Amino acid sequence: MDLPVVWFVAIAVLWTGYLVLEGFDFGVGALLPVLARDDTDRRVMINSIGPVWDGNEVWLITAVGATFAAFPAWYASMLSGFYLPMLLILLALIGRGVAFEYRGKVDSDVWRRRWDVVIVAGSTLPAFLWGLLFANLVRGLEMGADHVVTTTAFGLFTGYAVLGGLLTLSLFLLHGAVFLALKTDGPVRLRARSFAAWSALAVLPLLVGFVGWTQARSGVGWTLVPALVSVAALAVGAGLVHRGREGWAFTATAVSVGTLAILVFGSLFPDVLPSRTDPAFSLTIENAASAPYTLTVISWVTAVFLPLVIGYQAWSYWVFRKRVSRDQIPAAY
Amino acid sequence: MALDLARWQFGITTIYHFLFVPLTIGLSVVVASLQTAWHRTGRTEYLRATKFFGKLFLINFAMGVVTGIVQEFQFGMNWSDYSTFVGDVFGAPLAMEALLAFFLESTFIGLWIFGWDKLPRRVHLACIWAAAIGTNLSAYFILAANAWMRHPVGFEIDPVTGQARLTSIWAVLSNDQAWSTYLHVVSAAFIAAGLFVAAVSAYKLLKNVEPREHELFRKSMRAGFVVTAIAGVVVAVSGDHQAKLMARYEPMKLASAEALWDDEHAAGFSIFAVGDIQDGRNHVNIQIPGVLAFLATGDFEGDVQGINDIQARYEQVFGPGTYIPNVGLLYWAFRMMMGLGLAGVAISLVGLWLTRRGRLFRWDWQYRLVVAALPAALLANIFGWILTEMGRQPWTVVGELLTANSVSPGVSLTEVAISLSAFTLLYAVLAVIELGLLFRYVKAGTAAVMPYPAEDEPEPEKTDDRVPAFVY
Repeated sequence: MDLPVVWFVAIAVLWTGYLVLEGFDFGVGALLPVLARDDTDRRVMINSIGPVWDGNEVWLITAVGATFAAFPAWYASMLSGFYLPMLLILLALIGRGVAFEYRGKVDSDVWRRRWDVVIVAGSTLPAFLWGLLFANLVRGLEMGADHVVTTTAFGLFTGYAVLGGLLTLSLFLLHGAVFLALKTDGPVRLRARSFAAWSALAVLPLLVGFVGWTQARSGVGWTLVPALVSVAALAVGAGLVHRGREGWAFTATAVSVGTLAILVFGSLFPDVLPSRTDPAFSLTIENAASAPYTLTVISWVTAVFLPLVIGYQAWSYWVFRKRVSRDQIPAAY
Repeated sequence: MALDLARWQFGITTIYHFLFVPLTIGLSVVVASLQTAWHRTGRTEYLRATKFFGKLFLINFAMGVVTGIVQEFQFGMNWSDYSTFVGDVFGAPLAMEALLAFFLESTFIGLWIFGWDKLPRRVHLACIWAAAIGTNLSAYFILAANAWMRHPVGFEIDPVTGQARLTSIWAVLSNDQAWSTYLHVVSAAFIAAGLFVAAVSAYKLLKNVEPREHELFRKSMRAGFVVTAIAGVVVAVSGDHQAKLMARYEPMKLASAEALWDDEHAAGFSIFAVGDIQDGRNHVNIQIPGVLAFLATGDFEGDVQGINDIQARYEQVFGPGTYIPNVGLLYWAFRMMMGLGLAGVAISLVGLWLTRRGRLFRWDWQYRLVVAALPAALLANIFGWILTEMGRQPWTVVGELLTANSVSPGVSLTEVAISLSAFTLLYAVLAVIELGLLFRYVKAGTAAVMPYPAEDEPEPEKTDDRVPAFVY
């Protein structure tokens, strides 16, 4: 494999890591009004992702930074082409990050309820928008020879793309519920378990629909494997969480999200941003990539440091491996 | 028009981001040092100070993190032509920043916040240091990227695509403009952080609500002064070096910051000038002879280039056009940066003298002056960036790419207007909330983060505190 292809794979890996990790913390945030009955429940939920959500989000920062370095034209056309949705995602991520940090800092119900609204909106919106945007990447955008995207914000809302958005949103809710079943104890755990199992009835058809559409539209032979694995893993995960096998259930939903991301990038290959105007105008791995020297440099840096990052992030998950429950939440903030 | 709005957005979001960044850079080290002192001595006072300043640090840290995300996306969203042109060079340090620094910072800050009762004390202490190192490391990468825009090195222009292509990452990372800027920016950050600690302490000493925390704040105020004084030395030395690099790499910026219109031998440093920018000359200019020449070249008899002459030379090299930045703004930004920054350092030095050997200030206004030094230091940081970035105009990459050619061609005026308004509005709301929270925690004092024992119980000299930390 040549270096640009290696970097396409590396960026796919970073995005996969991001969607698997922040997927569940989006889900937890969006599920606040669904699974919590009182403020203590909400704090159980928020504290379950408290130590890790920021680290999860850095996968996004790294994926985007790596795209800038390895495929400048892709970075430029994608971010300027998805201008308004990207803006919404940024606003959501800002609000949500501040909300986690600030909601417990003033002992007032009004204060907390307001931040809860920000957390729910700030988690729901990007969970939907990432699906919408990735589906649009697979579908392609109107783009001329100058690689300037001309699709408007409204033009992004096609049937296929909206299906993609609904899928990521619902899939992240389920993934988040399974995470809560795994990481909390008490009433939240039970509610999360049943939510995860029942919501699978809605998520599975969406997943089958999107995966089938993607495979039919732009899949190749081998992408059938992640497509099928994604569906199977989700079904298995729902079954396992229903039977209380939460650890394995979370592994399964993580695999489902991960293989879905692999399917998306596999369908994109060898393009990075297909043009609907004329396939000849598409941004491809070849024409968007940085020169070999830059790719070599960042390859070495990544080869050394990414394993280290994964190591200490895994350690951090291990440190906070215990379930969070209501009796651990102190009364005072 | 879209260009102007995109520039406004970059200015507003970056300045806003940089209100939090210097405090994060400096306070992470201050808090880590306080916790180290507690770890070494076991004295309750240090733990209480760690928790108190740690809380303020975290309130500020959150804002720095979330406003930082915008910066990374903004290049692609508003400046796509810039991004395509520089990505091969500029992207590498950004990717490294995320991989080496951001992961470190975010993971270990999580471990620190939530790990008080879960980690061995030594490991927990290491976490705050890891976060502090991550923060200070991230500054290097982003400043190396920024330095490259002002003094591009280690690249060539691809003859086919016309884009910049990295030829030596080492040249980019060891750029003299990069490490010189790093020293200057980070020491300025420590001035701000030192004054933050001093200002908070001075406020608490002034109000004097809780007598038991009096001694703690007297010490922390002095500690803040010491940090600022030491950083003040580094800022002055690196600032001098920055001026020399500016004379060499960006003579137009230096000339504009000095309102020096024509090439001059043994040029003087302007104290106050009123000029005519259209006409390219000053009406009034009060100067100290030879000082600018010394600042720029290290020789009182040195030659310094002037705006009109540089403009003529640039037209020869780059073709017709205006290569003069906003002279009036740069002239005053330069003076505000130096004046406010040095005022903060001076207040610290005098403060150290006045509080020597257990003494305290005699007058309330002295405390108030210390409180006022904090916004002054933050403003000095901002003026420094205005000088740096506005002084680089009309270029984004000096000599290589004009700002006018950097903007996203496909993004409409409406889109930038929406984005600019959304960020401005959100940032304004968050500023009010953030300041309110900081003020609330400063007011509540150390007892709010770590209660004092009841009246009849003596405060234990040493504490081994392992409270559960479900802080959210």
